[in-house]
Amino acid sequence: MLRRIRQTVAFVVIVLITLLFLDFTGSVHAWFGWLAKVQFLPALLALNLGVIIGLIVLTLVFGRLYCSVVCPLGIMQDGFARLGRMAKKNRYRYSPAKNVLRYVMLAVMVLAVILGVGSLVAILAPYSAYGRIVQSLFAPVWQWANNQLADWAASRDSYAFYSIDLWMRGSVTLIVGALTLAVLAVLAWRNGRTYCNTICPVGTVLGFFARFAWLRPVIDTSKCNGCGLCARNCKAACIDSKNHSIDYSRCVDCMDCLDKCHRGAISYTHLRPALKPDSVKTDAKTGDKADTSRRQFLGATATVAVAAVASAQEKTVDGGLAVIADKKIPARRTRIVPPGAVSLRNMASHCTACQLCVSVCPNGVLRPSTDLLTLMQPESSYERGYCRPECTKCSDVCPAGAIRPISVADKSSVQIGHAVWVRENCIPLTDGVECGNCARHCPVGAITMVASDPSADGSRKIPVVNTERCIGCGACENLCPSRPFSAIYVEGHEVHRTI
Amino acid sequence: MKHEDKKGLNRRDFLKRLGAGASVLGVGLVGCDSKNNAVTGSQTALPDIPTDKMEYRTNPKTGEKVSLLGYGCMRWPTISVEGGGDKTDDIDQEMVNRLVDTAISHGVNYFDTSPAYCKGRSERATGIALKRHPRESFYVATKLSNFSPSTWSRKASLDMYHNSFKELQVDYIDYLLLHGIGMGDDGMEALRGRYIDNGVLDYLLKEREAGRIRNLGFSYHGDIAVFDYLLSKHDEYKWDFVHIQLNYLDWKHAKEINPRNTNAEYLYGELAKRGIPAIIMEPLLGGRLSKLHDHVVARLKQAEPDRSVASWAFRFAGTHPGVLTVLSGMTYMEHLEDNLRTYAPFKPLTDDEMQFLYDTADLMMQYPTIPCNDCKYCMPCPYGLDIPAILLHYNKCVNEGNIPSSRDGDEYRRARRAFLVGYDRSVPRLRQASHCIGCNQCGPHCPQSIDIPAELHRIDAFVEQLKQNG
Repeated sequence: MLRRIRQTVAFVVIVLITLLFLDFTGSVHAWFGWLAKVQFLPALLALNLGVIIGLIVLTLVFGRLYCSVVCPLGIMQDGFARLGRMAKKNRYRYSPAKNVLRYVMLAVMVLAVILGVGSLVAILAPYSAYGRIVQSLFAPVWQWANNQLADWAASRDSYAFYSIDLWMRGSVTLIVGALTLAVLAVLAWRNGRTYCNTICPVGTVLGFFARFAWLRPVIDTSKCNGCGLCARNCKAACIDSKNHSIDYSRCVDCMDCLDKCHRGAISYTHLRPALKPDSVKTDAKTGDKADTSRRQFLGATATVAVAAVASAQEKTVDGGLAVIADKKIPARRTRIVPPGAVSLRNMASHCTACQLCVSVCPNGVLRPSTDLLTLMQPESSYERGYCRPECTKCSDVCPAGAIRPISVADKSSVQIGHAVWVRENCIPLTDGVECGNCARHCPVGAITMVASDPSADGSRKIPVVNTERCIGCGACENLCPSRPFSAIYVEGHEVHRTI
Repeated sequence: MKHEDKKGLNRRDFLKRLGAGASVLGVGLVGCDSKNNAVTGSQTALPDIPTDKMEYRTNPKTGEKVSLLGYGCMRWPTISVEGGGDKTDDIDQEMVNRLVDTAISHGVNYFDTSPAYCKGRSERATGIALKRHPRESFYVATKLSNFSPSTWSRKASLDMYHNSFKELQVDYIDYLLLHGIGMGDDGMEALRGRYIDNGVLDYLLKEREAGRIRNLGFSYHGDIAVFDYLLSKHDEYKWDFVHIQLNYLDWKHAKEINPRNTNAEYLYGELAKRGIPAIIMEPLLGGRLSKLHDHVVARLKQAEPDRSVASWAFRFAGTHPGVLTVLSGMTYMEHLEDNLRTYAPFKPLTDDEMQFLYDTADLMMQYPTIPCNDCKYCMPCPYGLDIPAILLHYNKCVNEGNIPSSRDGDEYRRARRAFLVGYDRSVPRLRQASHCIGCNQCGPHCPQSIDIPAELHRIDAFVEQLKQNG
């Protein structure tokens, strides 16, 4: 019974969380956005005390229920473990806790958070790992399917579905996501919750509280005949059937053992703190695995396809479309993070790189960073679109306080960067035609067109930027006709300002 | 009321033909011929198009009979081809051949092309299709389309002229035109630069004497001074024909739609006064007179349920006796068939019906569409915009009532979604109005004198407002 409830709740939760990363319309977020906000690590980084206390109390009462029904990465592993058990029954066995490894990983995590090594935090954070898997591997399939529906809708003259751009936001995230999925699938298939009980820092922290849980699976030694069936079906490998003891720091409350025991010897109930869990010394494996795998991705960089350069040619015949060269990312001295991120430091120290913001950005602005220290954390660039004035989606969804909630009104007064003009690319000077597209689209009126040569009458007009008013939204950069490099681009601000 | 009478009569005709519904209304029972009863399923409701009923008009100079339906070769069908990652298109030559064959077999004998049409591929495609028919079975018209200043020189212009013979595979051209007179920022200057100062017009007059050009004329858009000037020189140049834009909207409203343009009533009158045959361009305004606002469509269909909306426009153009032929750029077989039905046989409009169309035009003026006829003269935009697609999407939304005005209620949200989703479907993001830099390289090419950058910026501002006021 309890197992069934656990399975049902877990199934609903993982479906909804997956939808959070797939849905680009915002309707799922309106109802279930909170599911991202109750994730432990993001809530901790957001200093969301209510959630943290709630989760600790939950663990003190029920044990590591969080790992079974809230954490999407845990639920996903249960899925793979189930497949593994279908292939081979009774496949697990008890193993002692690898406490050295667990505490080393926890220490690494704490240090990474304190030192602001966002990339390390990102790799270790369980919920974010799941987000990356969905965003980089599943979302493209979802979007492709949506586009098929949109084509179909278009053929029926219906506006029910609309087509969206399919593009790869970052190769690093894709590789990390794919590797995470592969490694976890194999581990979970073979040994169940290995990852959760050796590497996951959230598992270690909650495990600490779970030792003192009020409710827990308890073996009734008067009924137990020591058959060991429970141990062979414990995916956390935490039941020592010989000694009739359970390591509650590793038990994830899956309730499988309750149903497996033929004699009804295991029940989920309250018992005064039992024996101390065995702590057997084991060879301390270091966290090298994650680390080296990460290192090999660093070589990979996002590249932008080089397209033919379209020069404005003279028109002699009618019709046809000029070739449009793709925009390239300009070299920026300071990277840009979206409004609400407050500062580069705030972003680096709070973001767990779950990719939720990247998934919901409707303008093609956010993508995971490829920088070593901020690996996979979001950053803005404007080749595909710009940070539109009416959109606050990333700030609405961020569970970790890396992008804090802002209103539409706030948005137009937050300076995340400022525009810089590049004379060499400016169309009025290179092509000798009128332009002013940057000034026309600046949402805050920070750009004025002035004569390029004040002494000459009727000289072409060029843009000048009032950096005091510029908010760095990138409308000018995105809509600049100069390609592949815009004649006006945005430099980020380390600390956002309000004007 | 006169209108009511007419409607009743036409409906009765219609019912007679269908043989259906007679008992419902209790009229036309006597005329019902059970052999032609379409409802039985033994034949379609649409009768075959007669091949011997085409209306012909006489060219006063040569005495030749020209079909009232002329084939405009500016909108030949294309098939998209994938190549090098970029989508391009090719003329669908097989379909062009079929269209030409069908047209000729039903009596069409006038084909109008230009070196500029269809990205410069129209003349060749037209030539290939026509080559399969005896030379005396058709009249071919082409133009000296030296719009680009780089082709203003005598040599470049004459090269273009001589090349037309090669592309069309003919040794004489039946109708040759100075193309797009009056267009551009300064119509008179363009006329002098393109045809007068370089002696090209004199050369063409000699070619006419030599018989390589059988009729010489010009096509006119825009600046009325140029039109008047060329007609004032009629004694010297002896224009054999002139292309003008004529339809029931432009008859009295052209100037109202755009102050730079002139009402067709005046243009036609000036030609009729001098006995110069008029050849009609844009009788359907590039399809705009068949894609009307739902209210107007209902009105026209109510008056003539068995005729297409487009047929009204073609009958309007054909009703004027000084019209030699009416050009229609028929991309699809269905367009061709519909027009053949209109002109074979041709039934001129009565005075009442003319008045009905003038009233319809007045009604149409209430709907603020942009007068773009999708001729693509403005294209390619050097910065990659798809100008006609943007303007057409806007017009479509105007006609379908999807231009939300107030922000209240469900209606606003529905219309907003239809406009924005439809916009992304009709025009790729990178080719939308937000990318118009206002260089106005397109403006001078527009035969309708639309202030293209201004319209694009207006649409862009509208889109921006829709997006921001979610």
